Amino acid sequence: MSKNKSEYLINRKDNQYEVVIGLEVHAQVTSDSKLFSTSSTKFGAEPNTQVSLVDAAFPGMLPVINEFCVKQAIKTGIGLNAKINKRSVFDRKNYFYADLPQGYQISQFKDPIVGEGKVILDMPEGQKEVGIERLHLEQDAGKSIHDIDPDNTLVDLNRSGVALMEIVSKPDLRSPDEVSAYIKKLRSIMRYLGTCDGNMQEGSLRADVNVSVRLKGSKDFGTRCEIKNVNSIKFMQSAIDYEANRQVDLIEEGKAIDQETRLFDTKKNETRSMRSKEDAHDYRYFPDPDLLPLEVSDEFIEKLKSDIPELPDDKKKRFINEFKLSPYEATILVSDIEIAKYFEQVVTKMGKNRDIKLAVNWITGELFALLNSKNLEISQSPISAKNLSILINLIKNGTISGKIAKTVFEHMIDGDQDPQKIVQEKGLKQQSDPKALEALIDKIINDNREKAIEYKNGKEKLFGFFVGQAMKASSGKANPQLINEILKKKL
Amino acid sequence: MTIDLKTIKHIAKLSRISVDDEKAKKLAGDLNSIFDFIEKLNELKTDQIKPLTSIAETSLKLRNDEIKSQNMREEIIKNSPEKNEDYFVVPKVIE
Amino acid sequence: MTDITKQTLSELINNIKTKKISSEEVTKAFIDRSEKSKKLNTYITESFDRAIKKAKQFDQNPNFDLKLPGIPIAVKDLFCTKDVKTTAGSKILNNFIPTYESTVTQNIWNEGAILLGKLNCDEFAMGSSNETSYFGNVESPIDENLVPGGSSGGSASALAANLTPVTIGTDTGGSIRQPASFTGTVGLKPTYGSCSRYGIVAFASSLDQAGPMSQNVKDCAILNEVISSYDEKDSTSVDFKRGKYSVELSKNIKGKKIGIPKEYRVDGMPKEIEELWQKGINFAKDCGAEIIDISLPHTTYALPTYYIVAPAEASSNLARYDGVKYGFRSKGDNLIDMYEKTRSEGFGSEVQRRVMIGTYVLSSGYYDAYYLKAQKVRNLIKNDFDEAYKKVDAILTPSTPSSAFKIGEKKDDPVSMYLNDIFTVPVNLAGLPGISIPAGHDKKGYPLGLQIIGKAFDEQNILNIAYSMEEKINFKNKIADWWIK
Repeated sequence: MSKNKSEYLINRKDNQYEVVIGLEVHAQVTSDSKLFSTSSTKFGAEPNTQVSLVDAAFPGMLPVINEFCVKQAIKTGIGLNAKINKRSVFDRKNYFYADLPQGYQISQFKDPIVGEGKVILDMPEGQKEVGIERLHLEQDAGKSIHDIDPDNTLVDLNRSGVALMEIVSKPDLRSPDEVSAYIKKLRSIMRYLGTCDGNMQEGSLRADVNVSVRLKGSKDFGTRCEIKNVNSIKFMQSAIDYEANRQVDLIEEGKAIDQETRLFDTKKNETRSMRSKEDAHDYRYFPDPDLLPLEVSDEFIEKLKSDIPELPDDKKKRFINEFKLSPYEATILVSDIEIAKYFEQVVTKMGKNRDIKLAVNWITGELFALLNSKNLEISQSPISAKNLSILINLIKNGTISGKIAKTVFEHMIDGDQDPQKIVQEKGLKQQSDPKALEALIDKIINDNREKAIEYKNGKEKLFGFFVGQAMKASSGKANPQLINEILKKKL
Repeated sequence: MTIDLKTIKHIAKLSRISVDDEKAKKLAGDLNSIFDFIEKLNELKTDQIKPLTSIAETSLKLRNDEIKSQNMREEIIKNSPEKNEDYFVVPKVIE
Repeated sequence: MTDITKQTLSELINNIKTKKISSEEVTKAFIDRSEKSKKLNTYITESFDRAIKKAKQFDQNPNFDLKLPGIPIAVKDLFCTKDVKTTAGSKILNNFIPTYESTVTQNIWNEGAILLGKLNCDEFAMGSSNETSYFGNVESPIDENLVPGGSSGGSASALAANLTPVTIGTDTGGSIRQPASFTGTVGLKPTYGSCSRYGIVAFASSLDQAGPMSQNVKDCAILNEVISSYDEKDSTSVDFKRGKYSVELSKNIKGKKIGIPKEYRVDGMPKEIEELWQKGINFAKDCGAEIIDISLPHTTYALPTYYIVAPAEASSNLARYDGVKYGFRSKGDNLIDMYEKTRSEGFGSEVQRRVMIGTYVLSSGYYDAYYLKAQKVRNLIKNDFDEAYKKVDAILTPSTPSSAFKIGEKKDDPVSMYLNDIFTVPVNLAGLPGISIPAGHDKKGYPLGLQIIGKAFDEQNILNIAYSMEEKINFKNKIADWWIK
């Protein structure tokens, strides 16, 4: 058995294997136009309507680089605590494919724009550092469509030439859970920076997953297989799980693992060898003679650095220090920049007498449940940060109880209504007048004399009964704290 | 150095040019005489020399992130030897 | 008035501006002569009807402030021309009609020029004799069955035969200067980055440059002034201050230091080339220049370097011709089969040979030994010129190691064909401007050219030297119109 419960090991007879995973993440750069051409990058357009002469590789067409994409890559590099290379070179990666009109992809091979860096993962057993090998800029390819025409493959070049950042990790990941945490962390950082929207359904974020296995404790790497183009975290995890087990089985059977490229079949939940790999790839990289080396100055980089917003790791530290959150709470709240923004808005709007704990509970509890049930992002929340902060303050200052607050919350969903108005209109204000409550409790004790005696004789459980009766009698509006105090006194 | 037929066929495959044996033989002859002539470079020691990647005496200029190219599907597909209205068409690819 | 087609570009401009002749008359004269000259096979695509229409339009609404007012010009078929078929001399593009215009040709239309048609060239500009064109050999007006040189062979032949007043070619290893030398015309390869490569079918991106070809140096300066421009659509275009080459043209080269590189005295160089060179040196002295012996020690490595760099870039540049987006396509059982058939049927044998060489030198295990090595040697070659230019203002060499040869003479021996470019290739590798001017004849009466190489962006200087020497040389082309029955 493993020493800690999150360790991912594969057991066969007496052997324990660990899995070694490295990721090549392809993140689409957020930009209006493509990396080397002036056509739009917008998702979902009609086929071949966002294709320029450059994207379709017409004779004599030449690439001209988009400055914004360069800035985005550098910003991402800064977010990954990485070395920014002041001189980088665009190379051609040569291969033939239907959706690669130039017959080569412009990429960066020897001299990428960003060098080594690292990201920190928050795992249940503590923090884990994952090394970044490099980040480079490259062109996306078009799309081959195999299922429209039975006899032919159709090609849509809308994506052709869109800027991608390829972020290559070191082989530091050891489990599907770590892969999930890594992808989420990368996505979070890029969303904070606004450099990639991280939308996996639209293919803005996808990864090639390199998987190998080795006996636990071994220092050598096993033969790795590359699972191409996986576009959801769930699929990545299943693919790794399947692939690692497949490799272990081969080893146990005394068979060799072929170093190869594989595809993840999402229907069968398994990986398989790609049929189209019939000749060994030889990409014949060489510097693109249509472009010059990309040179950026220190000032250029410094300017970008000064524009970098507070990133998740720093924000988390601040939340812990400033708001006294637990690391767990802070991690949840900083994971998505929109959640963090919402949280901070609520906190700010709550004013001086704020109850942060209560705010955290309401956001991660009621609000998240609501968003989940309606399948909404926090940016689409039906309840604004302002109104939620008012609701929380109403609880805090005793105007309504937590229970009533839930009723108010339900009403707020419809048109983001002001909770104060709801409380007033529906008469939900908490009864906190001690005299009125005393009268109410006197009546309840009177009506339930026998139970009151039983209580006095030691049947303490009955206290709850009286609280319940009091709340019922007040239609839930009685201040629970006061009820408790008065009951204790009277019984 | 001699380039053999196997190498010629491998290079032809990478170049996506079909060659039969006869053509491969002819190409091997041509390429070998050209490489005999290229081998002259081996006389030079170049360990300390930096490669020249671009001769243009300028730095890479960066353009603004602006969409200037609008929908030109018709123009793009017009010259395609086999097509339908919306797509380029190639023989069925099996991945 | 003399025969319109025998007039120089500057004479034509002058005569149109002073309304002595109309654009339509000029255009018709060149079309008439072109019609009679089909035997030379200079045109791949004629645009005669359209040219006449445009000429009429010009005459109706003339603008004499333009630099090429109503001047008809035929250009090499490597320039993409909007709505006019562009083939690059290849079967693989034999039905390609661009929807766009190259910057260089757009520049001449903007100055009032009119497209006569697209001129024959070696396939994808790969050749030194115009024998690799899918559209057949071009004959030189100098003599029957004589090559005009290449790759801008159709351009050189059409120019020398007076089928176009001037023309534009492209030069990757000598493709303007060598055919100019073979046909007794003037050809300038500008500094790399001077003319935009946008819309020119690419051969080798780090070497390709468009340039003017003309009857004389002045016309060359006029045309270069129009075609050279900074272009944001080409990342290798250089934003330097371009001179008014024709206005600043001067015959005063007194005190200019001209270098004579000893390494260009190659083994087996014909005596008449040797003598031509000496004659050139004497003329330069007569013009007041100072002659200085220099050394370009890595000259001998230029050709091997070129035959690595150019095919490597070409192998990648030509990958886009795959039968999918445009051009010729062959039926195939599957995608790969379609690619292979399309490319082996669509490309001629020289192009296939060079694509193969390029693929080989870039392939895994050979990159360092060939491509990287060549890039290093390219640096050495450039350094040679940098060193030389500390001592001299320009360099004078022969343009070619021999005069024009007969069609078929060198076709089966690629290496001997490649040796044609021995004096021109170093200039492309170093990205420098070079001009070939006619300077004499060999014993067969075939023209011979001299090359003047300048510092980067110093086109004005080599134009001035050429202009000054041109007067002294007083070359007369011997063309007997043998092809006109």
